[in-house]
Amino acid sequence: MFNFGNWTSAFNELLLGFMPEWGAVLLECVLIGVLVLLAYTVLALFYILYERKLCAWFQCRLGPMRVGKWGLLQVFADMFKILIKELICLKGTDRFLFKLAPYIIITSSVTMLACLPWGNGLQIIDWNIGIFFILAVSSVGVLGILLAGWSSNNKYTLIGAMRSGAQMISYELSLGLSLITICVFAGTMNITELVNAQNNAWFIFSGHIPAIIAFIIYVIAATAETNRGPFDLPEAEHELTAGYHTEYSGIHFGFFYLAEYLNLFIVSGIASLMFLGGWMPLHIPGWEGFNEVMNCIPSIVWFLAKAFFISFVIIWFKWTFPRVRIDQMLSFEWKYLMPFSLVNLVLMTVCVALGWHF
Amino acid sequence: MSDIKTIISNVCPSVTFEESDGLLINVPEKDWHAFAIHLKDDKELDFDVLTAVVGMDWKDSIGVIYYLTSTSHDWNVIAVKVVCEDRENAYIHTVSDLWKVANFQEREVYDMFGIKFINHPDMRRFFLRNDWVGHPLRKDYDANPELNPIRLDDEINEDDSRIFTLDDNGKVVETPTKVFNEDDYVVNIGPQHPSTHGVMRFRTSLDGEVIKKVDITSGYIHRGIEKLTEGLTYPQILHFTDRMDYMSAHQNRHCLCMCIEKALGVEVPRRAQVIRTMMDELMRISSHLLAFGCTAMDMGATTAFFYGFRERELVLDIFEKTCGARMSMNYNVIGGVIADLHPDFVKDVKHLIEIMPSRLKEYHKLFTGNLIAKNRMKGIGILSKENAVNYAVTGPSGRGSNWSCDCRKKHPYAVYDEVEFDEVLETGCDSYSRYLVRMKEIEQSCRILEQLVDKIPEGDIRAQVPKIIKLPAGRWYQQVEASRGTFGVYIESTGEKTPFRVHFQSPCFNLVGVMDLCCTGFMIADLITIGAALDFVIPDIDR
Amino acid sequence: MGIDSIKSMKREDFKDNEYIDKLVEELNASGANVVVGKLDQLIDWGISNSLWPLCFGTSCCAIEFMSLGAARYDMARFGFEVARNSPRQADYIMVQGTIVHRMAPAMLRLYEQLAEPKYVIACGGCAVSGGPFKNSYCVVPGVEKILPVDVYIPGCPPRPEAMFYGLMQLQRKIKVQKFFGGVNRKEKIEEFFAAHPEEKEEIG
Repeated sequence: MFNFGNWTSAFNELLLGFMPEWGAVLLECVLIGVLVLLAYTVLALFYILYERKLCAWFQCRLGPMRVGKWGLLQVFADMFKILIKELICLKGTDRFLFKLAPYIIITSSVTMLACLPWGNGLQIIDWNIGIFFILAVSSVGVLGILLAGWSSNNKYTLIGAMRSGAQMISYELSLGLSLITICVFAGTMNITELVNAQNNAWFIFSGHIPAIIAFIIYVIAATAETNRGPFDLPEAEHELTAGYHTEYSGIHFGFFYLAEYLNLFIVSGIASLMFLGGWMPLHIPGWEGFNEVMNCIPSIVWFLAKAFFISFVIIWFKWTFPRVRIDQMLSFEWKYLMPFSLVNLVLMTVCVALGWHF
Repeated sequence: MSDIKTIISNVCPSVTFEESDGLLINVPEKDWHAFAIHLKDDKELDFDVLTAVVGMDWKDSIGVIYYLTSTSHDWNVIAVKVVCEDRENAYIHTVSDLWKVANFQEREVYDMFGIKFINHPDMRRFFLRNDWVGHPLRKDYDANPELNPIRLDDEINEDDSRIFTLDDNGKVVETPTKVFNEDDYVVNIGPQHPSTHGVMRFRTSLDGEVIKKVDITSGYIHRGIEKLTEGLTYPQILHFTDRMDYMSAHQNRHCLCMCIEKALGVEVPRRAQVIRTMMDELMRISSHLLAFGCTAMDMGATTAFFYGFRERELVLDIFEKTCGARMSMNYNVIGGVIADLHPDFVKDVKHLIEIMPSRLKEYHKLFTGNLIAKNRMKGIGILSKENAVNYAVTGPSGRGSNWSCDCRKKHPYAVYDEVEFDEVLETGCDSYSRYLVRMKEIEQSCRILEQLVDKIPEGDIRAQVPKIIKLPAGRWYQQVEASRGTFGVYIESTGEKTPFRVHFQSPCFNLVGVMDLCCTGFMIADLITIGAALDFVIPDIDR
Repeated sequence: MGIDSIKSMKREDFKDNEYIDKLVEELNASGANVVVGKLDQLIDWGISNSLWPLCFGTSCCAIEFMSLGAARYDMARFGFEVARNSPRQADYIMVQGTIVHRMAPAMLRLYEQLAEPKYVIACGGCAVSGGPFKNSYCVVPGVEKILPVDVYIPGCPPRPEAMFYGLMQLQRKIKVQKFFGGVNRKEKIEEFFAAHPEEKEEIG
């Protein structure tokens, strides 16, 4: 399997050849920052089109198709439009927080993006508490939503933000527990080690029943974490007009819009990392020829394909299910999902302790 | 009828009787409230449904005509006429304590005629701005646009209401009240909101997310149709009905035509009758499909909406081929229908009947059977049968409360007495039952169409009517079953080319009246569900 | 420059309706800076292809607008489907249905809440002129009494095809507008007359 790490270390040595170490590190940091932001924008734009096309096909429609071939340029038109839209800041809002909120959300999702294992050797931050870091950073996003809702000085946004706070904090529990289940199984929180541990079989196969349960719980909780249907209560269009971002216009709204799609990618990426082997190709022990063929596909393609597949499932949820009510959503989490994931954690621990796994 | 007269004379000797399109009882204002109690509570009379409240201005006097129905006595309709003693300072005792439906109806009469209802708990204007000058439906209304220019400032004092009472000297006393308390957390939903199905405004006071009270502010699409009709000839007023409840355009227009035909004594040819029946049922299918789609969409299941609209387009195609328009068809005319059926009509209707059952199955699979959808609708917005009767909630919403109120069964018109169909009743009394009734009514409408589609008789599509239509002096009231409930038309004529007064009794008006009752105690998300399941059309309320 | 082209528009130009596109070419040919002109074109391309409507329907036209979004007509093909419920995020307000006195202040407020650049489409007879309710005591006879209307779509209600035509007409109109210099749609009438004294004489 090609290791992208070769490229990066070669580039690093090249830089060290004519500049001091601090200069090389600085330049690399800047380059990585630019790359991450670029990847962020491209992915978000891709996701917007992806969802619009998918939902159109679910609904017997065609979706965007007039702007560019098959509507490929549609999102760029939207981007230009949203960039030049007027930014409205209202009287009576808390201006500083109002303007800060979109950036908090963007920061949170960019930081999470940095932790994903994009390919073999393609990873920005790789330390021993990778998963823990992701969980910690993902909680910052809710702060942005709360601030946005509160600082807008509008009753709809306030209700939306309160719903969001209740929802994201609750579902973080199941999300964390289902990830911990896998960490127990893998025995590590380091992202590279997690991926390498899935060389022979992805965790969803090797961890069998508890891993599958954890996967299902994770997908449900992740849907709620990203505020997508059927858990899209914070922005429940038909109740709260646009929820917490009702008062945002122009690129400020664009940030919320982008972050929503990026978060979708990130939770899908984490799911593929934890359950479907990250960038690891599909390997079946014993089938050497098959494994070799699978290895020919670049690791970054594997990772993106898995992430897009899980995103597809989450988008499928959104366009099929009605929206749940706030009390139903909370009772679902506290009465069913969280106890279930606790039991599942115990089950996994037992499995690991007794060696009942592949 | 004679025994009703005797009973009534025994109860209230001061009444007099008139025969005009049914029994009309004249009651003096001072006896009205006591008489109303008898009408409602006496077992022999038992008029438990207040069908319509029609404000009237006879130039020399002003008053109200109440249309009452008894569910237990063969759905008899009687009219009660109450004339105010003083035209300038007109007042009538309220009956909103007996029939809750009168609450909004009387507010409308107050708005349009300036008749004050004594002891009414919340006497505000209903349709017009609270700084409006004059009462438009009075014959002496000053239509000078300078008195009421287009005001672009917000309305003030929205919370101010008043109660009128009579003091010992018989003078009207005004007591100001407030709609909401000072410390209520009031969230404004509407008039421009994606889920109010138009421009309705709900002011809801919340406790957390739980609704404590819903105050309905209507009139954001009040176009003054009833006033406009007074200046137009009978054929000219027909098109207004298509634009009131645009989802029951055929039924509404059918009703108005029937009312005029009844007054003229015109016999409608049988072919026209069959065509009208079929068009009514097609309209009902189209309306219920839209209701299904909007219910689903309001609850966040956007895809179901598109599926409902897919089949609705087929119905619209049938309309377009025959009537020439997708909406606002303007198809019924006095004496029949305006154009003959398109040659493809039979084929298209058969195709629709054929595919509908499988498509309904698809809807149930996609949305009805969904656990989230069931949890969102079951037990939400309870409306008991007693309340449904008292608030006169007819149509699918009333039948969802197990109240058998189908006008097609109670007073058959057109060819409804010749076709077999079931009146769909559900006992759940909640949003889910109302939704289910609609879905099952689509099946019943298909059944009616199936029986008629091969038996459209040959013949004229329109009876001969005079070029200039003048109705004889008198008053007529006609009801049909529109998509959302019983639609009534009241016409009073003085023998002129133009009507003296036309009143449309729209079903949605009563539907919106139960919003406060249904929503209290539920959550803000349920308000959307309840509104979607009641399925009101705002232009029908506001007229 | 542009005004002359409209005046000299031939009858057959009305039919194909691409005259506005030609107008853009003429405008650009008549001396716009290349960089600024291209940037304008790019922005106009962006705006015109990403018109997000504000859901604003009062009566029957709103149902036809829903049909426009539904599967058969599918306005998503043009990128119009992102209907926003919050006016801050929408690009144009399509007035669907009658506007009555009580609604007028609410509609004006919605228009004011829209973020620039914003457009108004009057859809249906009632919004264009008051329609069948023109003589009523409380109907606003046409939304142009309150809002600056960009495109009128007649019909009662207009067919979805007519709505598409109106929206495409708005797209064409947007392609003429200039953000950096040149004639802007927000130009004051006095400024316009100062620049074109011959127009003033004609209008009187």
